[in-house]
Amino acid sequence: MRVRILVSFKDSVLDPQGQTVKNALHTMGYEAVKDVRQGKVFELDLEGVTRKEAEALVPEVARRVLANPIIEKFDWEILKVR
Amino acid sequence: MKFGVVQFPGSNCDFDTFHVLRDVIKRPTVMLWHKDHDLQGVDCVVLPGGFSYGDYLRSGAIARFSPLMQEVKAFARRGGRVLGICNGFQILLELGLLPGAMLRNKNLKFLCQHVHVRIENDRTDFTRAGRKGQVLRIPIAHFDGNYYAPPRVLKEIERRKQVVFRYCDAGGELTDAANVNGSLASIAGIRNEAGNVLGLMPHPERASERILGSEDGRTVFDSIILSLERAKPARRPAASRKARHD
Repeated sequence: MRVRILVSFKDSVLDPQGQTVKNALHTMGYEAVKDVRQGKVFELDLEGVTRKEAEALVPEVARRVLANPIIEKFDWEILKVR
Repeated sequence: MKFGVVQFPGSNCDFDTFHVLRDVIKRPTVMLWHKDHDLQGVDCVVLPGGFSYGDYLRSGAIARFSPLMQEVKAFARRGGRVLGICNGFQILLELGLLPGAMLRNKNLKFLCQHVHVRIENDRTDFTRAGRKGQVLRIPIAHFDGNYYAPPRVLKEIERRKQVVFRYCDAGGELTDAANVNGSLASIAGIRNEAGNVLGLMPHPERASERILGSEDGRTVFDSIILSLERAKPARRPAASRKARHD
């Protein structure tokens, strides 16, 4: 099974890199871009794991390692079941 | 008393720190390897600056899983003195021994410069050789030193007087310009609730010899010695305290 985990800053935390990208887009004339948040993507290949087990395992891994829960949040999805 | 300096792959202030502790502060000092489990009977563990594990994932995020760090965690829980400098501070945050987290510097630049920090609390094992309000001139060198804690946590940190150092100007005033990395409440260094663990972004080991332009960093090491040996370290001659600020 392949899963994708998206880690990004919590809304309450300032993201200076996202702000810089937003400013660059404005400079280029993309005024419609109101905000940019930058994050990280992880793709994990899991073996011998059921969907139910993945639903427990992935958030645990994200909380313990991939994201720092003090400043970051995460979303995840299953890309491929087999 | 005996110091131990932990080496991770990517540490680069390990030998500077070792040199200051052994040759300047003149205390027995050993190197501790991150893969070992033995703290070799040290009284104070120092986590030096650098880029442990290449700063992969987040600064300090991988180093916290080292076998030795499990020993350091237990050592700290028993009341052992732990000092984290720069990357060492980041590791202590990731390990959960200190509250909060580090964000990228507000200007998105790696900052390598002398800064001034003010001693906020002189009743700690890491500042008792100094005095409250004293301004120290110590260099910083980091990309991720923008201290952050959620509002509720910050309130607790302040209430418990855990803020040990704040960035300030040469006169000791807290200004936006002096807060070079954008840290919340100008925080440059904090201790844990019990008071035996300190993390700070400035590098006291780079400001412990006159030839390097400042001896202010010695205050941190002298304080640890004071707290562990209950004896005053030799005073520096008063003359050397002048002419160190450029």
